[in-house]
Amino acid sequence: MIVELGHYALVLALALSIAGAALPLCGALVGDRRLMAIASPVSIALFAFVAASFAALTHAYLVSDFSVRNVVENSHSMKPLIFKISGVWGNHEGSMLLWVLILALFGALVAAFGNNLPMRLKALVLAVQSMIGTAFLLFILTTSNPFLRLVPAPVEGNDLNPVLQDIGLAIHPPLLYLGYVGCSISFAFAIAALIDGRIDAAWARWVRPWTLTAWIFLTLGIAMGSYWAYYELGWGGWWFWDPVENASFMPWLAATALLHSAVVMEKRDALKVWTILLAILTFSLSLLGTFLVRSGVLTSVHAFATDPTRGIFILIILCLFIGGSFSLFALRAGTLAQGGLFAPISREGSLVLNNLLLTAACATVLVGTLYPLALEALTGEKISVGAPFFDMTFGPLMVPLLIAVPFGPFLAWKRGDLLAACQRLFAAFAAVLLTIGVGLVFAGPSKALTFFGIALAVWLLVGSLSEFAFRIKLFRAPLGESFRRARGLPRAAFGMTLAHGGLGLTVLGIIASTTWNTETITTMKPGESVTIGSRIVTLDGFLPVSGGTYSGTAARFTVREGGTTVATLAPEKRLYQVQNMPTTESAIHSFGLSQLYISLGDVKADGTTVVRIYFKVMILLIWLGAIVMALGGALSLSDRRLRVGAPKPARAGAAVAAE
Amino acid sequence: MTRKQRRLTLIGLAGIVLASAVGLILFALSDGIAFFATPSEIAANPPAPDRRLRLGGLVETGSVVKDGPKISFAVTDGKAAVPVRYTGMLPDLFREGQGVVAEGKVDAAGNFQADTILAKHDETYMPKEVVEALKKSGEWRPEAEATGPEPKSVTR
Repeated sequence: MIVELGHYALVLALALSIAGAALPLCGALVGDRRLMAIASPVSIALFAFVAASFAALTHAYLVSDFSVRNVVENSHSMKPLIFKISGVWGNHEGSMLLWVLILALFGALVAAFGNNLPMRLKALVLAVQSMIGTAFLLFILTTSNPFLRLVPAPVEGNDLNPVLQDIGLAIHPPLLYLGYVGCSISFAFAIAALIDGRIDAAWARWVRPWTLTAWIFLTLGIAMGSYWAYYELGWGGWWFWDPVENASFMPWLAATALLHSAVVMEKRDALKVWTILLAILTFSLSLLGTFLVRSGVLTSVHAFATDPTRGIFILIILCLFIGGSFSLFALRAGTLAQGGLFAPISREGSLVLNNLLLTAACATVLVGTLYPLALEALTGEKISVGAPFFDMTFGPLMVPLLIAVPFGPFLAWKRGDLLAACQRLFAAFAAVLLTIGVGLVFAGPSKALTFFGIALAVWLLVGSLSEFAFRIKLFRAPLGESFRRARGLPRAAFGMTLAHGGLGLTVLGIIASTTWNTETITTMKPGESVTIGSRIVTLDGFLPVSGGTYSGTAARFTVREGGTTVATLAPEKRLYQVQNMPTTESAIHSFGLSQLYISLGDVKADGTTVVRIYFKVMILLIWLGAIVMALGGALSLSDRRLRVGAPKPARAGAAVAAE
Repeated sequence: MTRKQRRLTLIGLAGIVLASAVGLILFALSDGIAFFATPSEIAANPPAPDRRLRLGGLVETGSVVKDGPKISFAVTDGKAAVPVRYTGMLPDLFREGQGVVAEGKVDAAGNFQADTILAKHDETYMPKEVVEALKKSGEWRPEAEATGPEPKSVTR
């Protein structure tokens, strides 16, 4: 019964979304206030119905209702509670429902908190949001319905793919979707502006918090996915340039560019057309990502099932929205007024450079992701584009961007003084020279590339802190004065310092962990030891383990340093019986920011096993940096000037910001 | 600077960035990619020693020899077999008679030196390239693959 209610709620949601797409649009076009006014309540109701439907599916999973096909295929009564819940989106149908749920959530948020939006703009934004909702609800109901029954109902389910039976599944997809689908709001704003034919600085102020929200979640989602892959797959790698990873990384690059260009638009009323284009591009890349991941053109752990009709359907959605929005852009972009002149060396100029490099880098990722698919479709030849390609293309484009990051905030709007910026970055230059000097003395010129990378990270870190120190007049004024200035700074300024610093941390983590990573692969018997740096790792023995739907063997390792035990690790080898699938559960112990990582091979009858031991120097910085970036975004979001629904900036705040 | 000069500077900058991106992509596409090859193709046409390849097929039954972390096995498509050398840990689903993709280079002695081994993600899934390689050589037997709890045929 509950399942049927959920199914029915989904059908009603489709009807609502069609109404929410058509009526406010007509209202906005003919200027009927009553029609425009229904956009908000419809958006909120749409969210309520999709949420009800999602709750019904979750209920079916919780009570292990094996008369529902989706539950049978992806669940098991013995599965732990947390995986029963996260299993709801651990499959194609459920994850699409989550996608639509988040889409409806964002629509409802705009409806509820967008009180200061002009009525016409709000109606248009919500109408575009409902159009996307209509397309995906149709997709779910016609090709990926999670509520289909199975007769006769089996007594037990098939269990969830063991790789997905992890806390990561509970966190990674919702975060990523909040980011992915959150980009739909800036898209909707862009389309609304194009239909409206009017766009100004206020538009950028409305769009920025939404873009920032999506960006924060996208950052966290990608970082979480990377950490999950790192500990779950047992290979010790954290980024594989897998098409599915790229699918989430491309919107991130575009959204990062959008965030920066929206600043220019908000402050200087320039780059309008470009910002609109970026907003469209960002969501188009999100849609493309959904297509790549969900259509089955790629085979990966993310492509739960392959069904050609689904692929075609998403492809149609993709073409409609991307083609439609770009056509609208081509038709209407010319009517948008240009504004704000600036010199090439200026804050605007640096942000343009940022945008150019980010979009170019995004384009290389796009080519690397789509080229194999295109080549296979055209010539039948199969190739794989992996890390070497991206190292050669993405890397060189990132280097000038990272070098440019600290300069940007030191350049004034309209016309900047590069020499003055260099002088103010004195400390950062000194730190870079020091890093390279230390590197040359202790490691020699053979590691030049590494020290170039470390110097780049130091440059980013010290450079972003310099800007903050400069603004609060640290060491140039009494400490009390600096403190007073720091308190007066808008939170967005702190946010920027944090975000740029976080980027520096991530770069440092990437360079350090790839350079000083040690990998030991060896055969061990109980009682034997290996020396990893200053630590001795001993295999004590094996223990049987079991839980949920698996059973397996855990190996116990003791790590000693100078005679005292500093850690014990227990990597496992599991066999998930229902799916007859073995998995490797690596064990990780952190020493400060570095990690010791052990994974097991097959255990032979005589107790020997192949063991892979990594020591990853400062690897935690990679994800820590991403969290700091997201924190910076969150701080900036809490700035009252940007807060959704906040009035225009007070004069006092504007004066500090203008300094 | 006049308006025109400013605009030209911007366009020039954009041009430089785009041109370098295109240059990098073209360079990387000639050097940084791996072509897929079946054992028959390698046997018929031995590739240049520094060419990165993805070799796909079935792990030949009885060919797996493990010496600690050093592993050697043969990948076959039923018509030809290529010996593969690999050091490290094999994926969980690496088994004799099952599909596998190895990435690496063929050395002077004709051994495939793999640096990455990919096996199936789960019981019912087989790398797409392998399926096609087997279809090409006429060794494709879908019924042999369906060992999972609910038989799903591997079709594309």
